Amino acid sequence: MSNEAVLHAHSGAHDGHEDHSHEHHHQSFISKYVFSQDHKMIAKQFLITGMVWAVLGGFMSVLFRLQLGYPDSSFPWLETILGKWAKGGHITPEAYYALVTTHGTVLVFFVLTAGLSGTFANFLIPLQIGARDMASPFMNMLSYWFFFAASIVMLSSIFVETGPFSGGWTAYPPLSALGDASPGSKSGMDLWIVSMALFVVSSLLGGLNYIATVLNMRTKGMSMTRLPLTIWALFFTAVLGVLSFPVLLSGFILLIFDRNFGTSFYLSDIFINGVGALPNEGGSAILFQHLFWFLGHPEVYIILLPAMGMVSEILSVNSRKPIFGYMAMIGSLFAIAILAFLVWAHHMFVTGLNPLLGSVFVLLTLLIAVPSAIKVFNWLTTLWRGNIRFTPGMLFAIGFVSLFISGGLTGIWLGNSALDIHLHDTYFVVAHFHIVMGVASMFGMFAGIYHWFPKMYGRFLNNTLAYVHFWVTIAGAYMIFWPMHYEGLAGMPRRYYDYSIWESFKQFQDLNQFISLVAMIVFAVQFLFLFNFFYSIFRGRKVTTQNPWDANTLEWTTPINPGHGNWPGEIPEVHRWPYDYGKDGVDFIPQTTPVGADESVEH
Amino acid sequence: MTTTVPGRVPQKIHPHKFIMWVAIGGIVMMFAGLTSAYIVKKNQSSWLQFDLPIEFFYSTAVIVLSSITMFLSVRAIRAGKMNQYKTMITVTAVLGFAFLLLQYLGFKDLQAKNIAMVGARSNSAASFLFVITFLHMIHVLGGVTALIVFWVKAKSKKITENSVVSVEILGTYWHFVDLLWIYLFLFYNWIG
Repeated sequence: MSNEAVLHAHSGAHDGHEDHSHEHHHQSFISKYVFSQDHKMIAKQFLITGMVWAVLGGFMSVLFRLQLGYPDSSFPWLETILGKWAKGGHITPEAYYALVTTHGTVLVFFVLTAGLSGTFANFLIPLQIGARDMASPFMNMLSYWFFFAASIVMLSSIFVETGPFSGGWTAYPPLSALGDASPGSKSGMDLWIVSMALFVVSSLLGGLNYIATVLNMRTKGMSMTRLPLTIWALFFTAVLGVLSFPVLLSGFILLIFDRNFGTSFYLSDIFINGVGALPNEGGSAILFQHLFWFLGHPEVYIILLPAMGMVSEILSVNSRKPIFGYMAMIGSLFAIAILAFLVWAHHMFVTGLNPLLGSVFVLLTLLIAVPSAIKVFNWLTTLWRGNIRFTPGMLFAIGFVSLFISGGLTGIWLGNSALDIHLHDTYFVVAHFHIVMGVASMFGMFAGIYHWFPKMYGRFLNNTLAYVHFWVTIAGAYMIFWPMHYEGLAGMPRRYYDYSIWESFKQFQDLNQFISLVAMIVFAVQFLFLFNFFYSIFRGRKVTTQNPWDANTLEWTTPINPGHGNWPGEIPEVHRWPYDYGKDGVDFIPQTTPVGADESVEH
Repeated sequence: MTTTVPGRVPQKIHPHKFIMWVAIGGIVMMFAGLTSAYIVKKNQSSWLQFDLPIEFFYSTAVIVLSSITMFLSVRAIRAGKMNQYKTMITVTAVLGFAFLLLQYLGFKDLQAKNIAMVGARSNSAASFLFVITFLHMIHVLGGVTALIVFWVKAKSKKITENSVVSVEILGTYWHFVDLLWIYLFLFYNWIG
């Protein structure tokens, strides 16, 4: 079965030999930009939808940081935009919880899952393995449109009368299971769960495609150990998604039955003010936590692995050196993917988990430090004595490594069940996961956008704006999240609405104000990036050579603006791994170059 | 299509078939999650013990039989015997319907025995049985729908190599939902 047969599965007989450069020109606007089956267009759809959500989700964090930084001030403009949710210029507690919940859901799932792996798996897999398109372009299109539908439903939940869901992005019952439990648990939660179900379908359709494409549609000579690390990372990401999202879905299905059909999977012995005692008996809210975190922890790596893969590639290209420890990089990705499934209970140390079981999960959790450290070591040794080009993509990749180290180290603290008794649900946790998963993956995403923008749109992004964007963002990220470690160590709990009324946490008022101020500045600076992105699509400096970064991988052998099918004529054959930089005194040797007779063998 | 085309690797397995196998992996995880939750829940308080309805034994026999007819229809289309193929997918679809009907009657039977599966009086033991079986029924319904689509296609269109592949993929899926039910049936009997 050839790539052509997949692209033209509808056209009946075909021989797979014809030249594809002059097909696909008679496309309508709808089939080219809307219901496109071209993986490159679908990638751009994911990216831009993800960017819209990043702006909305980021703005939500600005709103609740206003409350945290300035609990006593009133902002009349808030009432103008939020209406009854900010009476008198003050965000109400209900609105605060709704903002925190929606911020979490949107950033984790819509931005850093769909926006990150949706974009780059779609864009890079066919281009870097040498395929005309995905294994099933149609399923790929469906994957985007399910995501789009999920987005619409989630967006509409913001506008219902009782507000969006407000029980935290983890949606623990009983807040998520009982409509009477809080205003946000009513129709807001119904929409949340429908949106998430659509999102799971989107992720599964995408993930199935990515796996099948990587394993089945590589070009001639592209063995698994000649794949760029981006592809390995995106492959493991898809495997994690396909194996863990169905478990989340089963957890949600039981939740739907509890919500709507009176079953007692998660509910027991509940009394609600104004409603009375509920008949539900024998259920266990902890059961939901198990099902949720069985996805929830792999989800962390679904977010992080694509960033790791892209960073590996970008560091190597811009250090003009082969990646250090290629096989160790694959091995550590594999180890992380396996361990991702075996550590979920470290989110549940204080739920009354058996301490013996807890200690097993401590051990398994701390084991993740090993592959993580291998990766960090390899990134640093790739940089070591490299001929570094500080392109914006490279800066963001280095920023990723910095953030991954800073955030990863606190993971070792939190992985201990004894320390977790003190640190659980404090700002220490907020600081940890925002740095290591949130901001680090955002940096991976920015690195990817800056690096592959010339391939996406045939133009460059503006470097000056990019440098300002980078330096403000990295400095701001540390200034926002570093102080949170201190607050957390002092026991300041997360998710509280107003700390100024607590004797123990009053002292942090100035610090909270500082964090909020920086958060607003960092949010504002992202508009530089947005402007740069959209301006450069139409007005950016044009790419004039096929391979602007002097990189080895296959995507740079396509035309500057590749059509559907990616390569005019034959797909190139691959003769070597993708990291022959500086070999035998040659700056770079693309994967398509046959191995010369007098070339040294080691790589 | 295993001939070597210059510049391309000969493929061992059709990508769409491979997608089906990976999707099966995902579905397995879903039911593994549910049956694990079942085990966890069973070891907690107030778990109702009851016998499986007799209809579930009949439905097991029916779905095993439907796997055999599915196997025969794949063999028929590979051999180009269109009439046999059409008969066999019709029989498979009918058996699939019969399976769904028997499952439904099984639920009715439980209800008649005053075992509530949903609602305020329900016990998690019955709720789990209902939800897991119901989800499996949805998967079977998907297969039956595909069979009907194939049946319509077989009446109107010529058979190409692609349609053989689609039938093979449907066959894989059908055997999978069969095996999945056998697993669930054994699970209910041994552990439930």
